[in-house]
Amino acid sequence: MRRNLILGGFLSCLVVLAALVSFIWTPYDVAAMDIPAKLRPPSASHWFGTDHFGRDMFSMIMVGARTSIAVALVAVGIGMALGIPLGLMAAARKDSWLDELIMRGNDLVFAFPSLVIAILITAILGPGAINAIIAIGIFNIPVFARITRGAALSLWEREFIMAARVAGKSQTRISFEHILPNVLNLLIVQGTIQFSLGILAEAGLSYVGLGAQPPVPSWGRMLADAQTMVSLAPHMALIPGLAIVLTVLGLNLLGDGLRDLLDPRLRVRRS
Amino acid sequence: MLRYSLKRLISLILSLAVASLVIFFVIEIAPGDPASFMLGINAQPDTIEALRSELGLDVPKIERYLDWVGGMLHGDFGTSYTYRTPVTKMVTDRLWVSLPLALYALALSTLIAFPAGIYAAARRGKPGDMAVMGATQLGVAIPNFWFAMMLVLIFAINLRWFGAGGFAGWNKGFWTGIHSLTLPAIALALPQAAILARVMRSALLDILGEDFMRTARAKGLSRRQALWRHALRNAMIPVLTIIGLQFSFLLAGAIIIEQVFYLPGLGRLVFQAITARDLIVVESVVMLLVFAVITVNFLVDLAYAAVDPRLRQRT
Repeated sequence: MRRNLILGGFLSCLVVLAALVSFIWTPYDVAAMDIPAKLRPPSASHWFGTDHFGRDMFSMIMVGARTSIAVALVAVGIGMALGIPLGLMAAARKDSWLDELIMRGNDLVFAFPSLVIAILITAILGPGAINAIIAIGIFNIPVFARITRGAALSLWEREFIMAARVAGKSQTRISFEHILPNVLNLLIVQGTIQFSLGILAEAGLSYVGLGAQPPVPSWGRMLADAQTMVSLAPHMALIPGLAIVLTVLGLNLLGDGLRDLLDPRLRVRRS
Repeated sequence: MLRYSLKRLISLILSLAVASLVIFFVIEIAPGDPASFMLGINAQPDTIEALRSELGLDVPKIERYLDWVGGMLHGDFGTSYTYRTPVTKMVTDRLWVSLPLALYALALSTLIAFPAGIYAAARRGKPGDMAVMGATQLGVAIPNFWFAMMLVLIFAINLRWFGAGGFAGWNKGFWTGIHSLTLPAIALALPQAAILARVMRSALLDILGEDFMRTARAKGLSRRQALWRHALRNAMIPVLTIIGLQFSFLLAGAIIIEQVFYLPGLGRLVFQAITARDLIVVESVVMLLVFAVITVNFLVDLAYAAVDPRLRQRT
């Protein structure tokens, strides 16, 4: 099943490429308004048409990719940077008060309706891309902590870890030198999934006006702008939506493909 | 079973207590004093002080926390700062929209996911399975608020089968209410159905590899009979967990969909309360939602333990 990997990798690369190219070149200036040319459907001069201010949608999608990727990437980074050490710690001291504390804390975060809390955080700290990152990032912490702990627990029973303990290595050193490299595959796969969830969350927050603020283009806000125009110019709603769907689809397929590639046991069981 | 239930009950109460502490103090430390927010930037300091004492904001935080928790135990959530009406009434009014919407969406999601998941599992690796799995990949990737906009474009604007938004209310009859919740429920149900179908399929595939399934086949049951009679029942445990989680998600996660369809539900209530700094409403609704999640998880745990004695050993 290499097809997932190839299709997912292709779609993901396409989005990343669009974001990178937008730093040096976009067909039009994303801030340039051209009112006489507003609400034009896709054509040769404007591949994705124009919005209600006559801005070029193709350029906006390119720059919007930048926003989506940046928000989701940093949010996953926060989740990994805090979640992985917590998970490793909990596994190293299984059943201790520390493990109990970390796991109950995880349960607590899971019990909160994430979207409501994200809205709360952005409302408290003010709307904006940075605060959207924090809001999405917080909910990534328990995801990575739980996955790391679960995978690390079974590793602690293995003989090569026992050997490292006999050799006198501390729990911290074992965690980082032996456990972490062995759970990394799993974390990369989960990372792509959280990345795609982050893109969906960013779009949702921007849609209700709590994500990236104007003039920074973002796919979610393009959809919010499109809502009142949807009967006049359906392409305004269709194109940013398709951009989100293809990006998320690409990342999920990439995640599936990577899992099959990195975990040969799954390949046997699934076929 | 009794011991296990007691243990779970104690942990339920502890979780709720911690959650209430976190909710109250996180929201209270938020910048933006409700009184000065309500009166605007030109208000005199003594007017603000007067409103603060009227709203009970001058009482120490600990006391207010205890008041709030004590009130909730009696079903009294306090009084809204902006509307000056009991929060309990506001919440119950909104629940009449959010709860039916969540149940409607859950019913749709189950109706789509069960046949799809069972079909895919029964035809593992064949084109039918591939098609269902491809569709679920797409379903997971579609943002529900965008799907909602597309539904409005097609069924409300072009075909005029449904209104583009708003809620007719239940007093105009059951079917009118259901009709105005249909598009939002479909929009909410789609991604949930995709997830549920995947869970259903993989749960069934896990069971199909078990020894007792081979025994069932060996005693002469056809593949289909074995699937329906033995595999489906055993696959229900993971499926029920996900349904439980989805219900609480649908109750709270409808916030953006309610925004798309201008539905007067719980989500929109929180959203408006946050922007108006109506802290008591925010605290109460978030607490209610957390209560729903924790309680549903508790009930699901108990249901498992009742069905599967092995689970009582583990905690």
